[in-house]
Amino acid sequence: MNDLHDAPGTDRTAARPAPAETATVLSVLHSRLNSALGGAARAWLDQALDEAAAHPGTDGPIPVWELRIAEAGRRCGPEHAEAARVLLLYAARADAPTLARVYRQGTADERRAVLEALPHLVEGPEGLPVVEDALRTNDTRLVAAAVGPYAARHLDAHNWRHAVLKCLFTGVPVDAVADLPRRARSDAELARMLVDYAAERTAAGRPVPDDLHRVLALTGHPATPTGTDVPDGPSAPDDAEAADGGEAADGTDGTDGKES
Amino acid sequence: MRIFDPHIHMTSRTTDDYEAMYGAGVRAVVEPAFWLGQPRTSPASFFDYFDALLGWEPFRAAQYGIAHHCTIALNPKEANDPRCVPVLDELPRYLVKDHVVAVGEIGYDSMTPAEDTALAVQLQLAAEYALPALVHTPHRDKLAGLRRTLDAVRESALPPDHVLIDHLNETTVEEAKDAGCWLGFSVYPDTKMDEERMVAVLREYGPEKVLVNSAADWGRSDPLKTRKVADALLAAGFTEDDVDLVLWRNPVAFYGLSGRLDLDVAGTEATHEGNSILRGTPRTAPETAPEAGPESGVRSGSPAGEAPPVRPSFPATAEA
Repeated sequence: MNDLHDAPGTDRTAARPAPAETATVLSVLHSRLNSALGGAARAWLDQALDEAAAHPGTDGPIPVWELRIAEAGRRCGPEHAEAARVLLLYAARADAPTLARVYRQGTADERRAVLEALPHLVEGPEGLPVVEDALRTNDTRLVAAAVGPYAARHLDAHNWRHAVLKCLFTGVPVDAVADLPRRARSDAELARMLVDYAAERTAAGRPVPDDLHRVLALTGHPATPTGTDVPDGPSAPDDAEAADGGEAADGTDGTDGKES
Repeated sequence: MRIFDPHIHMTSRTTDDYEAMYGAGVRAVVEPAFWLGQPRTSPASFFDYFDALLGWEPFRAAQYGIAHHCTIALNPKEANDPRCVPVLDELPRYLVKDHVVAVGEIGYDSMTPAEDTALAVQLQLAAEYALPALVHTPHRDKLAGLRRTLDAVRESALPPDHVLIDHLNETTVEEAKDAGCWLGFSVYPDTKMDEERMVAVLREYGPEKVLVNSAADWGRSDPLKTRKVADALLAAGFTEDDVDLVLWRNPVAFYGLSGRLDLDVAGTEATHEGNSILRGTPRTAPETAPEAGPESGVRSGSPAGEAPPVRPSFPATAEA
């Protein structure tokens, strides 16, 4: 779910969202969720958000809002659980250690919500261990959530390049990678890795993912993957063209070489 | 034919099994927490296992179009190991999770005082967390174990109609039925029940509140036994509705008591294609998952525009 990223007011190219911007994004998310939820689910969410705002700390062995995060799927429906969880984390003003705990003790769905909430709740790099954990998994739902705006802001060059490559390996569309054009620009090392990967695919008789060409073009390095007929930089597909849709944009073509 | 395997340990199985199960008609499974064959030495080992049941395993299942839920508990065998017992204190934070549909497997292995305590504590947890309970019955001294199990259920706060007594056979089914519990049968290649005996039991006791499972795990077992029982029932003259009741609607009704059953596999599977499990396999458009039926606490159906499930191409018909 990319509700947060698509909501008005987000700009992936921004260095970091101002607090006011985060408030706007989450307010839009809340309105959307409210209009999608039935009466009982909406009442449950309202009460849960009030509780989280009033008692963000630990009252007993576990804060009540963490229980609400656990049950959000059956209260709001699985399709709305992530948005509800993000709002609960925000209402509870969860800091990096709290987010790390919720992530560590969470189901895969709860972990996704933590990753989605991270850029709105943590300014500095202290949330990176959670992102790095998600990038080590082979669960593509987690990998896709890990390469959002927080990773764009804080992940170091080496780990960021590996994250991009992992998306290509596992078939996560690079549309999930926040701030891709800015971070890819002039990245010669990323271009080298992409070209090598393309050569490896070609040597194995496997297709090269369209997303690879797209990222390579964004690096601005006119390297041509060995054994392919991809044109050089100027005529390679640019970001706008690829993003216009078609099969290239979903990144799912030819990605059958997988990590294990 | 739609099949719900209400007891199978997929952690111990391969993707070939998932593929064959889908081909045989399996669209939903419940994976009870159990003994891994190799003894655990600390609660932390349980946490990693529980996390896998709530994270990686549902993801694997979804790649093959199968909805995955789990039950969480300290199993009977390791209830006797003092290094493991402290996991009981941590169970509550797992029992609130969305895809936990029962407390289990609990019950007796050697019928020790430690097992008495763990069973009573966990039946109480089930009542507190509004969950049904999946209760294993012992391999050794089975009838005595069944009676002691039913005593523990009667002494607990959990009503018998929230309890599934599993691994029943000809000697234990009647008392479990008279107690008002759900009746589980595990069908194995050599031990426990087999297909023909299962047909005979259903002839005698009827299909109401009966669940059949493969209980497939790391030992000699067969994840397609559910389908084989279904075929044996049809061959013996049972109707398709009888088969659907035993192999789909009964497990849906029992685990639906949790209010947490989500049979919409499209809602639980990967957002994106191409996970590590599907090395080089072709992809096809999915069929829609079977309807869940009207039981409360069950969700199914996929919102319009949802990304289709990702799974490899394989025949939809069974070779069972």
